[in-house]
Amino acid sequence: MLSKQKLRIAAFSTAVIAFAAMSGSALAQKKYDTGATDTEIKIGNIMPYSGPASAYGVIGKTEEAYFKKINAEGGINGRKINFITYDDAYSPPKAVEQVRKLVESDEVLLVFNSLGTPSNSAIQKYLNSKKVPQLFVATGATKWNDPKNFPWTMGWQPSYQSEARIYAKYLMKEKPNAKIAIMYQNDDFGKDYLKGLKDGLGAKASMIIAEESYETSEPTIDNHIVKLKATGADVFLNIATPKFAAQAIKKLAEIEWKPMHIVTNVSASVGGVIKPAGFENAQGILSAAYAKDGADSQWDNDPGMKKLFAFLEKYYPDANKLDGAVVFGYGVAQTMVKVLEMCGDNLTRENVMKQAASLRDFTPDTLLPGVKINTSATDFAPIEQLQMMRFKGEKWELFGDIISGELSN
Amino acid sequence: MELFTNQILAGIATGAIYACMALAVVMIYQAIDHLNFAQGEMAMFSTFFSWQLMQWGIPYWWAFLITLAFSFVGGVLIERLLFKPLAKAPILTNVAGFIALFAIINSVAGLIWDFTIKQYPTPFGSSPFLGSQLISTHQAGMIGVTVGLLILLYFFFQFTRMGLAMRAAASLPESARLVGINTSWMIALGWGMAAAIGSIAGILIAPVVFLEPNMMGGVLIYGFAAAVLGGLTSPLGAVVGGFLVGIFENLAGTYIPGVGNELKLPIALALIITVLVVKPAGLFGRPIVKRV
Amino acid sequence: MSAVQEVVTEAPAVEAVPKRAMTLGYGASLIMLALLIAAPLFVKNFIIFQLTMLLIYGLAVLALNILTGGSGQFSLGQSAFYAVGAYTSAILMEHVGMNYALTLPVAGIVCFGFGFLFGQPALRLSGVYLALATFALATAMPQLLKLGYFEHWTGGVQGLVVTKPDAPFGLPMSQDMWLYYFTLAITIAIYIFSVNLLKSRSGRAFMAIRDNEIAASAMGIDVALYKTLAFGVSAGITGVAGGLGAIAVQFVAPDGYTITLAISLFLGMVVGGVGWLPGSIVGSAFIIFVPNIAEGISKGLSGAVFGVLLFLVIFLVPHGARQVAIVAQQLIGKLKRN
Repeated sequence: MLSKQKLRIAAFSTAVIAFAAMSGSALAQKKYDTGATDTEIKIGNIMPYSGPASAYGVIGKTEEAYFKKINAEGGINGRKINFITYDDAYSPPKAVEQVRKLVESDEVLLVFNSLGTPSNSAIQKYLNSKKVPQLFVATGATKWNDPKNFPWTMGWQPSYQSEARIYAKYLMKEKPNAKIAIMYQNDDFGKDYLKGLKDGLGAKASMIIAEESYETSEPTIDNHIVKLKATGADVFLNIATPKFAAQAIKKLAEIEWKPMHIVTNVSASVGGVIKPAGFENAQGILSAAYAKDGADSQWDNDPGMKKLFAFLEKYYPDANKLDGAVVFGYGVAQTMVKVLEMCGDNLTRENVMKQAASLRDFTPDTLLPGVKINTSATDFAPIEQLQMMRFKGEKWELFGDIISGELSN
Repeated sequence: MELFTNQILAGIATGAIYACMALAVVMIYQAIDHLNFAQGEMAMFSTFFSWQLMQWGIPYWWAFLITLAFSFVGGVLIERLLFKPLAKAPILTNVAGFIALFAIINSVAGLIWDFTIKQYPTPFGSSPFLGSQLISTHQAGMIGVTVGLLILLYFFFQFTRMGLAMRAAASLPESARLVGINTSWMIALGWGMAAAIGSIAGILIAPVVFLEPNMMGGVLIYGFAAAVLGGLTSPLGAVVGGFLVGIFENLAGTYIPGVGNELKLPIALALIITVLVVKPAGLFGRPIVKRV
Repeated sequence: MSAVQEVVTEAPAVEAVPKRAMTLGYGASLIMLALLIAAPLFVKNFIIFQLTMLLIYGLAVLALNILTGGSGQFSLGQSAFYAVGAYTSAILMEHVGMNYALTLPVAGIVCFGFGFLFGQPALRLSGVYLALATFALATAMPQLLKLGYFEHWTGGVQGLVVTKPDAPFGLPMSQDMWLYYFTLAITIAIYIFSVNLLKSRSGRAFMAIRDNEIAASAMGIDVALYKTLAFGVSAGITGVAGGLGAIAVQFVAPDGYTITLAISLFLGMVVGGVGWLPGSIVGSAFIIFVPNIAEGISKGLSGAVFGVLLFLVIFLVPHGARQVAIVAQQLIGKLKRN
């Protein structure tokens, strides 16, 4: 039998140990890497504010405004976001210069939503070797989902190949004997889609009877459309960026060619593409979406979109609500904020990646109902679901199920 | 065979765009003996200006006329303020000036009107022309206006004193001054006219390619190429050159296997260089004799 | 249209820079050299990287100076040679496993040949026509690099990632610093070579052609040979610069070698002073740092600010940095006398 003295000591020591153990986890030690402090989180970003892709600079401006709003509302766990964004004019050497500035001179915690496949390819090796997160890159190239070789790089939007596979699935089901004509932009964007489509069709890739590439330096793609019509195809795949997609829609109507017309998500914006091309010319066009369209009246009373519009009115009144880039910027910025919130006080780069890879059914305000963000240690593709839609009247009508374009890697 | 004629017709349709721009290029060349890199951007800005007028409710033809005047005055002002001080500077410095002007106009347009594409109306309608689905009434109208402009310019240069004075001032400035021509104002006039013609080109092109700040980049290159092919001293050459470039480019894209499609612009430019090697002053240009 | 011939007594398109004035004096050169050698010791790696790019673009502008300032041939196509040099280095390093230093002479020779060949059809063109031809070359290059035929070697639109070399013999310096000194050594060598080239008989031939081609040919100079030679040398140097660029940036892709690069190099030449070799580095500094400054002033109007700054420069010093150097020289001369 222990003496009372010894019992008291034992009890006391147990209490001390228990208390220490509890406080160890309760206090959750603050851990920081360069770029994070008690009061601030520095986020780096590279966007093409000038040059051929300057239309996408709006994304950076939207994100800047969104982080301003978060700061005004108290920041993330009490820390303000310092959003540092630089212009790379869509040139890879410039992107390398800017990312080195962000990492070595501005000392950011992570690089977020940098835009463009060439620029991101240029900085991927550097960021991975420096172990700086390259989060939610703004491009749909499939190669960002490679956690084994590039554990610090993660995409966000559905990859081009997964979207193309969805179209392939649809075509094989609805029009198994189709004759497909494809017009695609001769760069990583267009070629990725083409690959996805061919892979998706598999043995039936022979359905493709014509492929026409075009360069962004061409003033108009009208002659490509003329050439494709002459092939007698009954399905037309419009793999183009907004300006050229609109030209194609218009030309198809002008020459009275009415195939099944599929346009990529990148160019499905009602305000940015369909309206200028002419609503009457776009009837029956198919596409797929993962987010809501700001110009589409069916979302006017949607709570998520209402929050977006309220945000724009207060923090970015000049924004063009009809621009898909604005909706995109908002959604991805929300995802970033969520990840940082999940990090709590452990703001190391490693933990940022860990939290980014632990998103479960997260839904920013702007995604379609049913589309959810999910990531894991082997799945670095946050959004993989899309829903197909058909243009009718003055808006898109969603139909069918939410399809997962998951590539089986 | 049908594909061949289709491509030729389509080439004429696209070529009309190049011909329009080429006219403006030739105009400025007649005035200052150089190619102005910012010509396309000035045309784009004028087109946006007219678009803005129409957004404010002004009817098409009034907007058109106001824009013409605005472009003319703008061209003169740019010359007087920015390029007259550079008159004595080396040519290459002037070219740097054109590039700077390009950057400024493009950036400002992007800021004012942003980069989303805008629809631009056409007074000619968009239905098939004479039943052909390859040329719309708008494109036919474009060709008509271009040819009309060409005739006007021809009369201006050949049969008016002002036109003669301008040609004299451009090719032999010292002699021109000796006979009392104010060469300095001739240059300003040339800029103004070139800007006005450019604005017409932009207004005609925008309905086809959609209005946005980067719309003239590709067009300008083709305009240069067409003007050079036709002969920089000849407005007729510019227009013919434009159509030829359009047709050739299409045929190259259709019939040259493999690379034809991906190398359309380089092939078109290669053709032009080949022609230049054979006929250095272009198809319709006056041969230039250089004296030591 | 009138069939009358147009008789033109043209002033040379490129103004003559007296041979004496083509380089810096000894004193100034030594100071520059000392600065360039000492600089990386005091700054962070990222700035060293920027300085390396400064030297690389300086080389490319130097090459253009030889071509335009030296032999009077206008070129808006240097980006094509830069791209060929960059891809040559990248392909040799990544597909063949060649040592990075050896790829540079190969890049130089390949581009020399390429430039020499291009110079042939360019012989009959001058002024604005040559500009258009070189412009055609510059726009063709990215499209050629994307061609499916070459994709296996070039990586197509995705480009190639290049491995950065470590300092050799285990020297205690970072990769960036080593690369800087390596680039500096090559730059100095090429600079000395260029100065000597322009002072030599070939250089005099270039300048004679620049000032008055017809007279030069009447005096017995083989105009065709020297013009193509000028193109070849210029292309070769630009190719070496391109190879260095590929190693420094560690990435090559068609989007990095567009007509914008050619125009930037042209602007660099004008700002530095056409034909004035030391000005190349001033021009290079302009095209690297002024866009950053413009961006700092206004993100939305960075292009406009850049244009305004460019106008300011050409209004104040239409002859480029050379004008500043002449003024400085005169001031120093006055001070010496007093």
